[in-house]
Amino acid sequence: MSYWEFLAQNAPRYLDGTLVTIAQFFLSATLAILVALTAGLMKMSRNAAVRWTAGTYIEIFRGTSLLIQLYWIFFVLPLFGLTLDKFYAGFVAVGLNLGAYGAELVRGGIQSVPKGQWEAAYAISMSPAKRMYRIILPQAFLNMLPPWGNLMIELLKATALVSLISVTDLMFEAKQINGSTFLSAQAFGTALIIYYIFARLIVTPFMRWLERVMARKMGRA
Amino acid sequence: MFDWRWDFAFEILPRFLQAMLNTLAAAGVGYGIAVVLGLVFALAQRTPSRIVTIVVRECVEFIRSTPLVLQIFFVFFVGPQFGIRLSPWVAGMIAIGLHYSAYLSEVYRGGLDSVPKGQWEACTALNLSTTKTYFRVIIPQALPPSLAGMGNYLVGIFKDTPMLSVIGVAELMQAANGIGGSHYRYLEPYTMVGIIFLAISLPAAGLIRVFEAWMRKKLGMN
Repeated sequence: MSYWEFLAQNAPRYLDGTLVTIAQFFLSATLAILVALTAGLMKMSRNAAVRWTAGTYIEIFRGTSLLIQLYWIFFVLPLFGLTLDKFYAGFVAVGLNLGAYGAELVRGGIQSVPKGQWEAAYAISMSPAKRMYRIILPQAFLNMLPPWGNLMIELLKATALVSLISVTDLMFEAKQINGSTFLSAQAFGTALIIYYIFARLIVTPFMRWLERVMARKMGRA
Repeated sequence: MFDWRWDFAFEILPRFLQAMLNTLAAAGVGYGIAVVLGLVFALAQRTPSRIVTIVVRECVEFIRSTPLVLQIFFVFFVGPQFGIRLSPWVAGMIAIGLHYSAYLSEVYRGGLDSVPKGQWEACTALNLSTTKTYFRVIIPQALPPSLAGMGNYLVGIFKDTPMLSVIGVAELMQAANGIGGSHYRYLEPYTMVGIIFLAISLPAAGLIRVFEAWMRKKLGMN
């Protein structure tokens, strides 16, 4: 069987898997961004308890492996009365894991905004919320976009692990196809190529485009 | 229901200690492969040939932007299709070593780029051979700024070893899966594996931060 026949025969399954992977990617990316923003801001709070809470979350999720977190959320959390469907458990674990890495980027991005900007906002008596939202965050956002681009690639790769709790994503379909056809090079190789195309031709160019748009908006182009 | 059983936890602890040694061995061997192969990738991108540079660059990008777990499956299952049987350990070490060599080559690249141009010119002026230029002049200077990044990836590779359990390497995650499956208790094994990972990776990350600060000071970087 030639590779094209293999591809024609299995294209629908790869497509199904790719759609699930894309869904997992967007859901976990959204969660990671929200969590990173929250934890990153909490880490800079003046209240020690708030700082400590965020710090604990970040250290736990950065100090252990995503796979452990995923299994813990899927197998152990039900013992505490919180049962998540595998699809939800998958993107929640990925989102929380990458969110912990993102939180450090948010903190670094905010700290890289020059002190004069804070002082200027204070001088024109902006409220703290407005200062953060109108002055600091937009500049911090621009500063941290390049590392977030890398993080998005890491996140895409991380979604492959959800196949291990039987979410039917691209990785899962590749394993199934391998099991039924025994053509491992084709089965896994095709999945590798699809991940690569998604990362290199969609995620990375999008992040670059976002960097350019933001730089122009901030007058730094 | 929340019912942590200490007797069960202590009963399974010895198995985890054995598995922990395997995890550390896997991280160590994988890292050894990555350190050497990463240097090869980094140097291959500096040859005069543009084609070699582009091909190696694209290979590094490919490895970096596809999931490690898929690469582990690929290496493990593709061999037998062509008559090469790899044990889980060998396949796992190749996959994880290759994956991290792509990351380390980027670290080396940054280090090599940080060596001032004058050093290269001085080597040319002294008529040093390419080998001598690299091994006696450039790499010794490129290495110190790369060390912090290398340390981060050492912790990174340690945290990625649980993925080796998918092909049956007997490391911590595999031990936890086995215990969980045979006793129908998942609370203790998975929680203990998490704690073991925290207990190793947090101090290691702390040490690397201290080392990085020391290195920056020593190099006069701040």
